[in-house]
Order: sequence, then C-alpha cells, then structure tokens
Amino acid sequence: MTETAAELRTTRFVVSRRKEGDDPGELRYDTFDVAVGPRSTILDSLVSIRRELDPTLTFRHSCFHASCGTCGMRVNGREGLACVTPVPEGGEVMVEPLGNIPVVTDLVVDMDAFYDEFDEAGRPLVRVSEMIPGAEMAEGIDELERYEDCIECGICLSACPVAGSDPRYVGPAALAAAWRLVDEPRGRDPGPVLRLMDDEQAAWRCHLAWECTEACPSGVDPAAAIMRLRRAATAARARRLFSFGGTR
Amino acid sequence: MASTTVEPRRPEPGPARRRGFVGWFDPRGRRLGGYAFILNRLSGIGLVVYLYMHLVILSLLVQGPGAWDAFVEIALSPPVLVFDVVLLAGMLFHGLNGIRVGLVGMGLVVSRQRALFIAAFVVAGLVTLVGALRIFGGEG
Repeated sequence: MTETAAELRTTRFVVSRRKEGDDPGELRYDTFDVAVGPRSTILDSLVSIRRELDPTLTFRHSCFHASCGTCGMRVNGREGLACVTPVPEGGEVMVEPLGNIPVVTDLVVDMDAFYDEFDEAGRPLVRVSEMIPGAEMAEGIDELERYEDCIECGICLSACPVAGSDPRYVGPAALAAAWRLVDEPRGRDPGPVLRLMDDEQAAWRCHLAWECTEACPSGVDPAAAIMRLRRAATAARARRLFSFGGTR
Repeated sequence: MASTTVEPRRPEPGPARRRGFVGWFDPRGRRLGGYAFILNRLSGIGLVVYLYMHLVILSLLVQGPGAWDAFVEIALSPPVLVFDVVLLAGMLFHGLNGIRVGLVGMGLVVSRQRALFIAAFVVAGLVTLVGALRIFGGEG
C-alpha cells in the first residue's frame, strides 16, 4: 500500500472467531482497530491484523486479484472476495466466514463438499462456444481457449437463501457447471448429469432469489444457468415421455 | 463397443452454520431478487393465513343472519378495510410475481427477470392504489 499517513483512518473490525472444538452454535467475535487507507481492501486489513495484532487469526487467500477464489467471506453481511472488497467507510466492519458451508476455523470454511459437487457436474473448464471467431493467433499458439468464469469461491452458495435452509440442495455453482456441460457437451454424454440435476434437490430446488447471480464476483450468472437447466430437463422428460429417443 | 454408464452420485452435505427458515426473511445483504424472494414468501404465507380466516368467517353463515350481519358491520370498519387493502396488495403481488416465477423458472425470458419483477411490483402497486381509493371511497 502506498497511502500516506494523512490518508489513513482507524476502522474497527469485528471478526468472527472460531477454533476447532468450539460449540458450533456459539458465536464469538473479536474487535481490532486497524489503520486503513482509501485503497485498502478487507484482505489488506486482515493481513495487518494477523501481522500486528493477532497472529492466530486464520483466513485463506492467495492471488490478491480475484482469480483464485480463496478469500470469499461476508463483509457486513454481504458476500465478496476480500481481496477486491474495499474497506467500507464509517462504522464498524463485520467480517464473517461464508455461510451455508461448515466453518473450520475463524474465516476458513471446509470447501470439500462444495468442490465434490463440481465433479458430479462434470467439471467443464473450457468454454469453446465463446471463442473469438477470426481472432489472430499469437506465434506458437494454435488455438485460443476461453476458460470458464467460475473461480469456485463458494460465494453463490453462501448467498443462496435456499441453501441456508436445506443442506441437501446441490447449490448454484454445481448447477451452473452442470448447465455448461449440458449446453456444450463437446463429445461427452450430458444425459447422466442432466438426470442427476433434474431433481427436487437440484435444479428444481432453486426459488429464484437470484442472490447467487448478484453475489458472483466472476459474472457466472448461476441463476440463469439453473433456469436453462430446468428447460433442458423438461425437454428431456418430454422426449422420454413421447419416446423421441436420446438421453438429453 | 460395450460401455457402462455410471450415474454420478451427489456427496452427502456436511454440517454448516445456516441461516435457516428465519434467514428467508432476513433482508440484510439482500438485493432485488432477494427482496422478491422475501416478498413472495411473506405474501404467500399471508394468503394461506387469509384462506383459513376466510373459511372460519364463512362458517358464521351457519349461525344465521344475525351473526353474519354483525360480521359485515365489523368488516366495513376502517381498520378492517386497511386489512382489505393489504390483502389486495398481497394477492396482486403474489399472483403477478407468480407469473414471473413460472416463466423464468421454466427457462423462458430469463434475462428479463429483473424487469418482470419491477413490472409486477409497479402494476401491483398501481392496482392496489386504485383499489384502496375505491374501497375507502365506498364505490366498491
């Protein structure tokens, strides 16, 4: 950071704390006063807290530029990537771990089950359908690849009110990934994934709060993907009903 | 070529601190779609409560004209007329938003969901206003 001393202001952070063995129903928060500048992010501030005030504060981070998806958390009740979330001006700043995902310690959540859902959804990584036609290839590059937007941060699952009341719900990220496979199978059979997601705890569990799409820091639009998945699932059911064949 | 299709299986969810049922109605951190979600639930629950109230009130008919006339007198009092306006607003919003949810939920006009919510909200508000004027103006 390059802020001058004159630009710095003191902001009080109220940070959720939890260690292994703590009662899951018991909430505990610690407060830290941190000097922040006009360009400080939440992640900058957490790093300052850990370096200068409490080395036991635990949180995940890696890239510092919104591409690794590891620093998802809730700031004043709203999900975001800490590395690109500016410190709000005025009042205390409450920092909590993502919701709807088991907390490991402090701001770290257990992403295993969240990642596993992607495997079931086929884990599409490359978006062939959005390659730029006629784009000039750089020397030594044979083919341009446009990677999927999802950075697997878990923010959509945290923002979803349905996931907040039903742990069986597959969640927006995996459903969006499933839609990518159905929309662009690239030689794979999308039938099994479509049938898996054509379920009351999958595509049909969404209640259109659209919070996942609004919260997504990467422009994935999971809610729209879920709606398109529903349409594909309905069409597949109709085809099966009228014996038109095919597995889609 | 013989092949076996293995159906994928979803993993079991782990325990997590969730917002639960109460979280449905927590407006903190919500955006436009979240408010639509909250309003739809509140209006839906309100309409279910009203349905049972309506059935109980209709049962007054079996007690004869005296009981019904006494209820009608209460029903025309201003506090109950306010309830009628709230009921009208709830019915209109829930019905119009239901059309939005039905269309978008089937994968149709997905990209217009925000506009549809705003349209449902505005139309419900305007019709409620006209209804309120008629209810309190005695033209109903």
